[in-house]
Amino acid sequence: MLQPSVERLVAGIAPGSLVAVPRDYAGVAMTATHALVAAGAHGLRLLAVPTSGLQTDVLVGAGCVDELEAAGITVGEAGGGPRVFDAVARGALRLRDTTCPAVHAALQATEKGIPFIPLRGLLGSDVLRGRDDWQVVPNPFADDEDPIVLLPALRPDVALFHAPRADREGNVWIGRQRELATMAHAAGRTLVTVEEVVEGDLFADEATAAGALSSLYVTDIAVAPGGARPLGCQDLYAPDHEAIARYARAARTAEGFAAWLAEAAPLSPAAP
Amino acid sequence: MIAAILARLEGCRTVAVGASSPLPAAAAMIAQARYGTRALLLGDRRRDRFGDGGRELFDAAAQGRIDAFFLSGGQIDGQANVNLLGLGTYPSLHRRFPGSFGSAFLAFVVPRLILFREEHTLRTTPARVDAISAPGTSAAGVYRPGGPVALVTGRAVLAFHRERARFRLSSTHPGETAASVRAATGFDYDEPPAVPETPLLTDDERELLRGEVARDLAATYPGFARELADGVASRGAG
Repeated sequence: MLQPSVERLVAGIAPGSLVAVPRDYAGVAMTATHALVAAGAHGLRLLAVPTSGLQTDVLVGAGCVDELEAAGITVGEAGGGPRVFDAVARGALRLRDTTCPAVHAALQATEKGIPFIPLRGLLGSDVLRGRDDWQVVPNPFADDEDPIVLLPALRPDVALFHAPRADREGNVWIGRQRELATMAHAAGRTLVTVEEVVEGDLFADEATAAGALSSLYVTDIAVAPGGARPLGCQDLYAPDHEAIARYARAARTAEGFAAWLAEAAPLSPAAP
Repeated sequence: MIAAILARLEGCRTVAVGASSPLPAAAAMIAQARYGTRALLLGDRRRDRFGDGGRELFDAAAQGRIDAFFLSGGQIDGQANVNLLGLGTYPSLHRRFPGSFGSAFLAFVVPRLILFREEHTLRTTPARVDAISAPGTSAAGVYRPGGPVALVTGRAVLAFHRERARFRLSSTHPGETAASVRAATGFDYDEPPAVPETPLLTDDERELLRGEVARDLAATYPGFARELADGVASRGAG
């Protein structure tokens, strides 16, 4: 359950794993991301829940990712992901477009143990046209045709995120970021880095229980103070927009990215 | 643009604004201060009134609780199709935009979808988008309680007529004419014989913008908030 290091936490993420990661302000495990890069992780299939930015761009830039499913990639204000788009253009990354509520719904299908889930909208969008795994069927409960899209359930092998705290039992405080709970419910294994492990029981007090993710769904935890930086962590620290903008500028080129990585994570094998 | 967006929020009980949308955020906050419209600014910890995480906006919209939402796009065409995917022939795009986000869904269920694009040029307003994130209209028989109602740009306001799947010029901003807007627009649209000028913000709306709104937006949009406070944002105040 509680791992001695972030390196040990991510050691078991095998090539080919479908890894679900949260959007930039929901609790992104950046320290764990650097650990993955340093460990030479490769062949990962990332699922952005439902969008991603810095974390995905770094993993793609470091050559860790074969496939990415995301409703949007946005690093900083300018948006887009320099390393992601470069890899897509070179054919080194397969990008599957989706839309935010489709990711949430497909995870909720697994959360409910059902094989698929319908979703409104999507008809006439190229996002639908590009998905050979989504189907359009007539609503069986309607009098008229009423076409509706069916999405297959998404089941990540791993959910990876960062949270403010966990207790010794392994319950994790996620607050309002309820999609982290859905990710954990749907994933085979859930790996969490936290700012600290606290004494006491998050379920002892209704106020903390309301924002807690039960240890039932948590596989392993590691302590990583500042573990989301330069992204933010709820009300503990805000995103460092300057640092994110610096990354976005550096990552425009492969050389700039390598230099950034060397400075941000000196032990990474990807660094020159 | 802020005044034009604000005018389109009249009568809305609840408005949601996505990330990276300072102009709609400013308009929504003026509406909140003046008319009591509930403004949900996603990503802003104080104003994001959702307790159920990232999916809640979409669920609330599906329930019919979000009266208005805003959508920008790399390209917007004359049928109000919005392209947030990229340029080329989908799926082979030679240039990618950040992504569709929730547009492929929200465009169907939000009754007042307000399209906005500060840059109004031939390249941002093609006759036909390269790829469709959110279609402007749907065939009969497709569940679609919502859709685009207007396009607000840095030059003009165009109203979208769903039945005709076509825009109609509503007003031109100060400094623009019907002719200058026509010359900058790649798609065809209807035009009334006389085109009024887009009304500006009133004095007390301007006051709100420079004071309360600028202060409240400072955490999420520091640069933009500074411009508002300095009264420099004439582009936005129009």
